[in-house]
Amino acid sequence: METCTKVTKEWLNTQEYREKNFAREKLVINPAKACQPLGALLCALGIEASLPFVHGSQGCAAYFRSTLSRHYREPVAAVSDSMTEDSAVFGGQSNLIEGLKNANALYSPKVIAMFTSCMAEVIGDDINAYLGNAKEQEAIPKDLPVALANTPSFKGSHITGYDTMLKGLIECLATPRQEDKINNRLYVVPGFDTYTANLREYKRLLKVMDAPYTLLPDQSDVLDAPNLGTYELYPGGTPITEMNDALNAASFLFAQTYSTPTTRKYLAGMEVPVEVISMPIGVEKTDKFIEAVAKFTGKEVPEEITIERGRSIDAMTDSHQYIHGKKFALFGDPDVLIGVVSFLLEMGGEPVHIVCTNSTPLFKKAMESMLASSPYGQTATLYAGKDLWHLRSLLVTEPVDMLIGDSHGKWAARDANIPLVRIGFPITDRVNLHRYPIVGYSGVINMITMIVNTFLEEKDRTSTDPYFEMMR
Amino acid sequence: MSTKETIEFRKQVVEEVLEVYPEKAKKNRRQHIAVKDSECASCAVKSNAKTVPGIMTARGCAYAGAKGVVWGPVKDVVHISHGPVGCGYYSWGNRRNLADGEIGVDNFVPFLFTSDFQESDIIYGGDKKLEKIIDEVVGLFPNAKGVSVLSECPVGLIGDDIESVARRMSEKIELPVIPVRCEGFRGISQSLGHHIANDAIRDHLLGKGPAREIGPYDIGIIGDYNIGGDAWASKKILEEMGLKVVNIWTGDSTLEMLQNGHLVKLNLIHCFRSMNYIAKHMEETYGTPWIEFNFFGPTKIKESILKIAAQFDDYIMEKALKVIEKYAAPMQKVIDTYRPRLEGKSVMLYVGGLRPRHIVGAYEDLGMEVIGTGYEFAHNEDYEKTIPALKEGTLIYDDVTALELEEFVKKLKPDLVGSGIKEKYVFEKMGLPFRQMHSWDYSGPYHGYEGFPIFARDMDMAINSPTWKSIKAPWTK
Repeated sequence: METCTKVTKEWLNTQEYREKNFAREKLVINPAKACQPLGALLCALGIEASLPFVHGSQGCAAYFRSTLSRHYREPVAAVSDSMTEDSAVFGGQSNLIEGLKNANALYSPKVIAMFTSCMAEVIGDDINAYLGNAKEQEAIPKDLPVALANTPSFKGSHITGYDTMLKGLIECLATPRQEDKINNRLYVVPGFDTYTANLREYKRLLKVMDAPYTLLPDQSDVLDAPNLGTYELYPGGTPITEMNDALNAASFLFAQTYSTPTTRKYLAGMEVPVEVISMPIGVEKTDKFIEAVAKFTGKEVPEEITIERGRSIDAMTDSHQYIHGKKFALFGDPDVLIGVVSFLLEMGGEPVHIVCTNSTPLFKKAMESMLASSPYGQTATLYAGKDLWHLRSLLVTEPVDMLIGDSHGKWAARDANIPLVRIGFPITDRVNLHRYPIVGYSGVINMITMIVNTFLEEKDRTSTDPYFEMMR
Repeated sequence: MSTKETIEFRKQVVEEVLEVYPEKAKKNRRQHIAVKDSECASCAVKSNAKTVPGIMTARGCAYAGAKGVVWGPVKDVVHISHGPVGCGYYSWGNRRNLADGEIGVDNFVPFLFTSDFQESDIIYGGDKKLEKIIDEVVGLFPNAKGVSVLSECPVGLIGDDIESVARRMSEKIELPVIPVRCEGFRGISQSLGHHIANDAIRDHLLGKGPAREIGPYDIGIIGDYNIGGDAWASKKILEEMGLKVVNIWTGDSTLEMLQNGHLVKLNLIHCFRSMNYIAKHMEETYGTPWIEFNFFGPTKIKESILKIAAQFDDYIMEKALKVIEKYAAPMQKVIDTYRPRLEGKSVMLYVGGLRPRHIVGAYEDLGMEVIGTGYEFAHNEDYEKTIPALKEGTLIYDDVTALELEEFVKKLKPDLVGSGIKEKYVFEKMGLPFRQMHSWDYSGPYHGYEGFPIFARDMDMAINSPTWKSIKAPWTK
């Protein structure tokens, strides 16, 4: 038994195993993706007094709430209509109607954000018709807005669900666009973003640039709520009035590409001007964000921003030597990966393995063209649709210096004996990281701090006496 | 307040809180809440019933009970979350059921294996895919002792036949392949998932292991999932008593332990709710006796040690008494340290399988009082076991809704709330000390003599943390 165990452990680290592992076709092991309704729930939390409502099994709601609470260390409210076996036979209408009635009585939301989980999707529940019947039966007031999203877990991933719910919320809450009622605001959509500090950073930058804006959705006060000694069910979010006026936006700016296509298409169909940029991670991508906002305001970029940018460049030059030439593996969501890889390339870091479980063809093209255009991207391979067990094989057969990704990467990093810098979602084994932005120029400084200090900690922890030095 | 006044006050609180519900929901919820009042014969708590739609329940589903609780901790089996990616993803690596073994070799606990259903699988069925997956599992993890297939909602709805796939594949790979029909829509909570998981052990594994002589002191622990190392702490005591723990179900357990669960002199049940089915089955079929025990806090540990030892001979009883004596002083020291800091503090609990009753004694050892308690998915017999352990006037709530628990806490003003991750931050925002009592809040173990000092420290840390004092800004009124 003992020898057998030993042989196999070594075998897991071989090229032979890697090939076998990559030859698998159906089995998925440790995927870096969750399912649609989780993203829908996150989206829904970012609207003022919005109550997320899962039409499906109650276990789904429990899982989404727990997962989000573990990442943010915050309360996450959501109800479900607790469909059970009889709903499988008769459909979920009676649960939905009773659920709406109770949820409204208990929690007096300004909007209910209803999305589906597997059960309702497989049996083909028509939530739109059910909602009509609920209002007909006066289970809830006729004027209580209920946004709808079909979010089957067997299609796409959490970022798809975010997108679908966002479209549903705008569709439900916004009045039709009227050319004579266009407001002066830039509606900024962060995308599936689990850093409350990123949202605050967007707002700060928009304010500094004197741009009238609405952040849509905005979970920053919901998922980073102050402790004032009382629990607030609805501590923030995009104001309903600004949701009502969303289709009259002067323009929409999307700060993520791959978590927003459905909403963008919908807005374009409504003749709302839409601009999309890469998630502003790293200097170049942040510059694009600043330029997009400046284009919107028609004003010069304030000097304050130029100075702020300069500080981040200063941090980059100060510490380039610790990242230049270092080899990295990364995994995560498409938008975050594009940003973090772009930042590494700016620093002279060399991404080697990039694993994206919820990749799309467009993302693949964008990532590969970015890598091809940089001298530091030449050794990188994007593994689209692969999982963290594939990643483990890559790390042990083609070693790198650091892994970047969420907490689920800790086993692979440990097996490869390299540090994991936690960027992404979920982060369940470190505190406060969502309170530090990774976007904007301040995000550049934060990422340098995390990455470089982790390398230096490693160096101190592993160096022998003669090489244990005061300066690094 | 006198006991009678307390009872009346709390009954009043219940009525006030229920006012928020529409009539039908109110009628339903009232049956699930009671105040312990020995003079009131009708003060029973309804349980194991459907959750009211639209309220915020903490309950999970059958899959959570079967995969998350019972099967997930079995370390040398590859557990396939069969269906879309979510269920497996959300139950991956967050139950703290520790396991000792080489990860990826003979320990698969920290993994998520999923068939990641796509739309085409819903349309055409997933049986063929499952066959291929099982083949791939064996190729990549040759030391796995078996494969379990835990079905998620769509599998049952589209009419897949995982039982016949399991039969075919089991013959092909010459290992047990265990279908577990734990679709989340089955039943009304995690509870049915436990039962289904127990039945799967009964039908596919039990009695099918390699022959083994039963030693005179061989015992099994049933219903300890080794949260934060709990089972190891319990095992330590039992082995010091001279007993030999040959099986643990299912914390840090192996497939063989499940096969040979009946080959012991006695089974000890900790979490009755999740594993009573199989314990009863082993008794009925193989004559293996079982008793319940409670290893939370020195008083209950002592009672349980004596109860367990009484099932054996003088040799064991003698050793048992020595164990009690050995730990008396160190436990007293823990009490001397923490009791003065915790004396008279009150607690409200809302947890799962056994803790709402089992852990009461541990709080009492620290001079604390449980003034409210309830279960997510208990059955009547759990409440029957619980109520005698509680003081008069204790508020009892079954499948409590988020809003009820918030309101009860506001009115009863406990010094500590013990519940789960979904509740934790609600109460901390209220400025109330809180401990997660499913996961031990990333601490533990809490079982056994090893666990009690950690439990005491953690409760003290929560209640007496200086951080609570900073909530109010000096300039606010």
